[in-house]
Amino acid sequence: MTAATPVAAGVPAATTEELALRIRRHALRMTSTGGSSHVGAVFSMADLVAVLYGHTLRVDPARPDWPDRDRFILSKGHAGAGVYAALAERGFFPVEWLSRHYQDGSLLSGHVSHKGIPGVEFSTGSLGHGLPVATGMALAGKLDARGHRVFALLSDGECDEGSNWEAILFAAHHRLDNLVVVVDYNKIQSLAPVAETLALEPFADKWRAFGWAVREVDGHDHAALRKTFDALPAEPGRPTVVLAHTVKGKGVSFMEHSVLWHYRTARGDEFDAAWTELDTEGDA
Amino acid sequence: MRDAFIARLTELAATDPRVMLVTGDLGFGVLTDFAKRFPRQFLNAGVAEQNMTGLATGLALEGRIVFTYSIANFPTLRCLEQIRNDAAYHGASVKVVAVGGGFSYGALGMSHHATEDIAILRSIPDVTVVCPGDDWEAAEATTAITALPGTAYLRLDRAGAGNAAPDGETFALGRSRRLREGEDVTLVATGGILGVALRAADQLATEGVRCRVLSMHTIAPLDQAALLAASRETGGVVTIEEHSVIGGLGGAVAECLLESGAAPARFARVGLRAGFSSIVGSQDYLRSHYGLDVPAVVATVRKLLGAPDVAVRGMPSSA
Repeated sequence: MTAATPVAAGVPAATTEELALRIRRHALRMTSTGGSSHVGAVFSMADLVAVLYGHTLRVDPARPDWPDRDRFILSKGHAGAGVYAALAERGFFPVEWLSRHYQDGSLLSGHVSHKGIPGVEFSTGSLGHGLPVATGMALAGKLDARGHRVFALLSDGECDEGSNWEAILFAAHHRLDNLVVVVDYNKIQSLAPVAETLALEPFADKWRAFGWAVREVDGHDHAALRKTFDALPAEPGRPTVVLAHTVKGKGVSFMEHSVLWHYRTARGDEFDAAWTELDTEGDA
Repeated sequence: MRDAFIARLTELAATDPRVMLVTGDLGFGVLTDFAKRFPRQFLNAGVAEQNMTGLATGLALEGRIVFTYSIANFPTLRCLEQIRNDAAYHGASVKVVAVGGGFSYGALGMSHHATEDIAILRSIPDVTVVCPGDDWEAAEATTAITALPGTAYLRLDRAGAGNAAPDGETFALGRSRRLREGEDVTLVATGGILGVALRAADQLATEGVRCRVLSMHTIAPLDQAALLAASRETGGVVTIEEHSVIGGLGGAVAECLLESGAAPARFARVGLRAGFSSIVGSQDYLRSHYGLDVPAVVATVRKLLGAPDVAVRGMPSSA
């Protein structure tokens, strides 16, 4: 790995687009240094996480446990590097911590963990866990008449898990309109395209049939994402799902739409090529 | 035992609005009063144990004390990963209640035989595992785990030992109860089969064998001090559980005593060795069939005490 341009640190990203770029750069370095997988899964959701942490979520880095904060659960825990990067950029902990990702003795595990990491709401890694927990948090918010929202970011592949559909039934039945699911719908899962594994389509219709308000959006269009998240709940009395159409590996041409980059680690020339693509978009 | 649990939980819910009961669509007739009295503290999650446990974790992380409720293996094995990853790893105040330990639902078939749950649950870090032996222990354990931060498993048998509530005794998690005094051998029981241990001890007393009986209601954390004393003072330990002999009470006691250098001269485990039970029957029938009844315990003790010491000679017999 060559000595790449240092990732900007200490200066808040001026825009969500800039934050997304920083998340991608951090994730590329973190996965390359540590030799971990899932960079494609981070790139696919980087814009979603950037808009959430840079615009939508009511959180306070100085008070990670602020009772009125919006809750955010990354259910696709394998993309944890992206959330760690977002939290560091938002000032929950020093950006320097990111260099410890996936290292011996580190708390920054490959799948997102809350222990000792300010700002991580919940630890995941096994798929299909985030939404039921988010549902419980949303129910508590309703019971206590609190104003915060609960967001869960799911992968499309993890919608194979039956536990999600248990929660989807439950949340609609209990009219949890303070609950928002964002699906990173990049159409590729672990081994093959979603359509060739377990077809989800007609996906939006399934959510509607279960009683959810559905919004579909380009998951890389920040203006569209901001607008969508500014209008929550999409329908009073219903939980909202945002089906964010994304591209796996987004931002690095040779990683896009590729199953390979669910697991492959960018090293050597591949790292340099990827870094160059992310660098050409301007110094953050 | 179930009624003792729900009666105590009703008292607790009346004074602490954080207490919630979430059922996986079971408890017909049993939970009705609770649901009517505390509509904001009761929830039927439907036939969906994974979501039940996940949402219980979410509720708990928002400040509630959440009891999940179902029968046999449904609230444990069906959603084991939710107990491990969600509740226990996050230290969430989720109390998993399974009604029907062992062969409580013996006639319903293999699916309803909870015979590996203790071994599995006690291996998960930060989960307190409690198997009350009688109604008093069930009620007291309910209070104790409510006050306990973090995740717990409460295994309730259909029938307890039938003991009268003791006078002036205090209950503590992780502290076993000595229900019979004796120096010849110690019977250690967990769960409702404590009644079998007590009756076996009474029968053996008529033969001149003085059994100490410990109710080991808490499996994790285990009462090491009482076990070491039993090994040292009686020289023989027999564990009794309505559960597989693999990894349950017997395994836990053996690990504790061996690692403490306090292996008793005589040791036996009474428990299930036969694998899955394809036959069905009442709890009493299946206990007899699989050697978990009073005659089986008595025979085990006789054999243990009567057997020549050759096999165990040379092992440390006291700490």
